[in-house]
Amino acid sequence: MGKTLAEKLWESHVVHSAAGEPDLLFIDMHLVHEVTSPQAFDGLRVAGRPVHRPDLTLATEDHNVPTQDIFKPIADPVSRIQVETLRKNCADFGVRLYPMGDAEQGIVHVIGPQLGITQPGMTIVCGDSHTSTHGAFGALAFGIGTSQVEHVLATQTLPMDRPKTMAVTVSGEPPAGVTPKDVILAVIAQTGTGGGQGFMVEYRGEVFERMSMEGRMTVCNMSIEWGARAGMIAPDETTFAYLKGRDHSPQGKLWDAAVEYWTSLRTDDDAEFDAEVTLDASTLTPFVTWGTNPGQGAPLNSSVPDPASYEDDSERVAAEKALQYMGLTAGTPLRDVKVDTVFVGSCTNGRIEDLRAAAQVIEGRSVADGVRMLVVPGSMRVRAQAEAEGLDAIFTAAGAEWRQAGCSMCLGMNPDQLAPGERSASTSNRNFEGRQGKGGRTHLVSPLVAAATAVTGHLASPADL
Amino acid sequence: MDKFTVHTGTAVPLRRGNVDTDQIIPAVYLKRVTRTGFEDGLFHAWRINEPGFVLNQPQYDGASILVAGPDFGTGSSREHAVWALVDYGFRAVVSPRFADIFRGNSLKAGLLTVELAEKIVQRLWDDIETDPTTQVTVDLVERQVRWSGEVHDFELDDYTRWRLLEGFDDIGLTLRHTDAVTEYESTRNPWLPSVPA
Ligand code: SF4
Repeated sequence: MGKTLAEKLWESHVVHSAAGEPDLLFIDMHLVHEVTSPQAFDGLRVAGRPVHRPDLTLATEDHNVPTQDIFKPIADPVSRIQVETLRKNCADFGVRLYPMGDAEQGIVHVIGPQLGITQPGMTIVCGDSHTSTHGAFGALAFGIGTSQVEHVLATQTLPMDRPKTMAVTVSGEPPAGVTPKDVILAVIAQTGTGGGQGFMVEYRGEVFERMSMEGRMTVCNMSIEWGARAGMIAPDETTFAYLKGRDHSPQGKLWDAAVEYWTSLRTDDDAEFDAEVTLDASTLTPFVTWGTNPGQGAPLNSSVPDPASYEDDSERVAAEKALQYMGLTAGTPLRDVKVDTVFVGSCTNGRIEDLRAAAQVIEGRSVADGVRMLVVPGSMRVRAQAEAEGLDAIFTAAGAEWRQAGCSMCLGMNPDQLAPGERSASTSNRNFEGRQGKGGRTHLVSPLVAAATAVTGHLASPADL
Repeated sequence: MDKFTVHTGTAVPLRRGNVDTDQIIPAVYLKRVTRTGFEDGLFHAWRINEPGFVLNQPQYDGASILVAGPDFGTGSSREHAVWALVDYGFRAVVSPRFADIFRGNSLKAGLLTVELAEKIVQRLWDDIETDPTTQVTVDLVERQVRWSGEVHDFELDDYTRWRLLEGFDDIGLTLRHTDAVTEYESTRNPWLPSVPA
């Protein structure tokens, strides 16, 4: 029997295996940021261990980074200490770091791909659940906890039980205005937040084959929001074209050898998945969330659901709680939901194509009175490119704020936060209670819906303008 | 890591599903660079905003087992969620289903995550609400949860069980395979990226 892509990736990284033990996997690249690493480096110090492969370890500052005044020391002393701790740890252990203000700094999942460090066939880990993003290149990429960060620093390996495999096949032509974000939100709404639990998921079918690399990253990014251990898409010509000529991409003969190998990284025709999910993209419309987990989503042209309509007890209770927290009434058309803030950014939708999409909608229009719109590029490179294309001018002319790169309001560890009761339309990936600031209410949306919402002041799609 | 063999204590009924790690510990506590003292952040928003929240109810003071609804620990990979539970005094969490990363983190940090069927969790909730002094035993040796005459087996793979029973540290176990790592390293594809400092 043939093998799935996930199985090929897994098997090519097994260093040691024995019956009754987890497999020991080699890790090709370990990405590090300031939040989940300090206790891991400390663990090495206590045990007197070095970083085994500093050359396969790359650090950046993202979660705490203020998106204004980045050339001054961070005002919040606790954030400052965390960032300074990372700098000291990288210096002490010989790890390359892209600090605030550096031209290569940015969100960890944005900088790996743009530098050509994320390549097909690799294993990539990071102390961050959205590491699944890198699977868009046909890599096996997953988020790990701090104990595992320490383990990878010390050994460049990770003991893991092999997850099962799942295929998500999306076919059909998505209607105009339906973006990769809408596709993945629809998948999550269909499967629930636990639907991918215990699986390495491969996204397959014509919709993903036609999608750009950045769109594929948006999809793989949100794999964790339905519980999947990893998400991936087989590498193809789109992948190779994206990688060609990047800083760390192979060159010359090595490029040819790499492409030949990468081309073999696809699921064999006779391979079997442990589970399959299918979706018809032609039925999709722009999607938004109404609740407090990413599975609580619905088409924009529908209404806030009635909790009583859920048969499952725990889903009904969850929906009731969510509506209470979100300050929403069942039956309200989603288009009538007014927002205070619009956030365009994050590792889900903070890349150049996302900014272009939002700019295209907002060009020649203005942000509605009383609404604040924050545009935060995912990396300094994305920011520079957007400025070269004049996107910053479009945003600021419309009344939006153009910021420096970082995680920003995706999780509000920096000053970009929602006030209690404030409501946002956000291109990020999590609408959990308090995620964007204590008491803040988040609706997850695509960059197109975010921009249209900024213009109208209520949830809207470009077609409404 | 401390060994885990058999633990008996009282339990807290957390009748909520989909408890994400942002609820277990909000991002603001993630700014710390130390590894202890996270108990003040545990379920912070619920403890502050909801006077009736279970951890605010004195009859559950001193409990060491948390009994939660399905999909506990979804969302962010923050191991701080596990540290907060442990620092608060929990030794085990029972739920019908855990998010993968949370479960992995907890079993590394010596917090036992026990999966029991939803209807058994319902009965356990009912019993501890009726009598909060109910003694619940989580027995890793027998892979059983027991209380008031109820006995339920749970699953945990032999390897993880052995590691927890012995209190072994994963890194130490992996370092036994250093030769295999060196050998693997010599076979890696030549084009793979590297980022020397
Ligand atoms: S942008 Fe948000 S989801 Fe992505 S790494 Fe930063 S905090 Fe995590």
